[in-house]
Amino acid sequence: MPAVAANTNLKLLVVDDSQFARNRIQRALALRSVRKVIVASNGVEALAVFQREQPQLVTMDLTMPELDGIGATTEMVRLQPSVRILVVSALADKATAIEALKRGANGFLLKPFTDAQLNDALTLMMRALPHG
Amino acid sequence: MDENDLNVLVEGTVRYFESSVDRAAAVGTPYLLTERGQAVLSDYTGLIGVSGARRGCIYFTAPSAMLRHILLSHGETEIDGRYMADVVGEVANIISGNARRVFGHDFAISVPDVFSGRPEAGKLRLGERSFVIPINWRQYRAALVVSLAA
Repeated sequence: MPAVAANTNLKLLVVDDSQFARNRIQRALALRSVRKVIVASNGVEALAVFQREQPQLVTMDLTMPELDGIGATTEMVRLQPSVRILVVSALADKATAIEALKRGANGFLLKPFTDAQLNDALTLMMRALPHG
Repeated sequence: MDENDLNVLVEGTVRYFESSVDRAAAVGTPYLLTERGQAVLSDYTGLIGVSGARRGCIYFTAPSAMLRHILLSHGETEIDGRYMADVVGEVANIISGNARRVFGHDFAISVPDVFSGRPEAGKLRLGERSFVIPINWRQYRAALVVSLAA
């Protein structure tokens, strides 16, 4: 995966089994540095897209068919440790958030969320990127 | 399932509509389904299976006009039956998932199973005590149905 020269040319992968949720994230997005948004509807598809597109940022749902978000997060971090993953999930218990962070996610945003909450969370993710 | 459990889901339903759509919903007093098997169903239903410390199901059921209105309020323009089924499942997922704030990690929920009209035989199995939480949003009437056993 190419190094990020600056936070102005980023790819974001949105992973969620709900089209409504994927569209919700894309519409709320107000970050000029995100150049391209790509989507996947389950963990297996997400891994294929991840390897093909090499995004620097990922929003990851947890409860999905095929492969859940914890499994997909673990594999993405193994493939590319510098990826920044924001879990966006309805699962509101602390244990789930802690588990996601242990597996390599960098943040957790609870559904439902406001536009500002999403953009703030992604901005924090971007600050942690290499050369960010 | 006791009154406190039910209140968690009532409050979760209120919070969802307050934060997700452009107008809050009026959530009515929950009532017990008196006839087992007589499910309350609208046009589209998102069904969540629950396992762990509590077992059973939760479903959100709503008329197509309400789902269309919700989607329009989010800026969607290309709305078909598949998309309405998607959103009814997502609402069920969010309300059920948020309940883990109180119920904890052992409140395991499935991915949403969505259907329109009546479910296939055997898909919707309600327990002995199932509660209906009426939801009024704008001019529409929907419901969250909770059928859980400890």
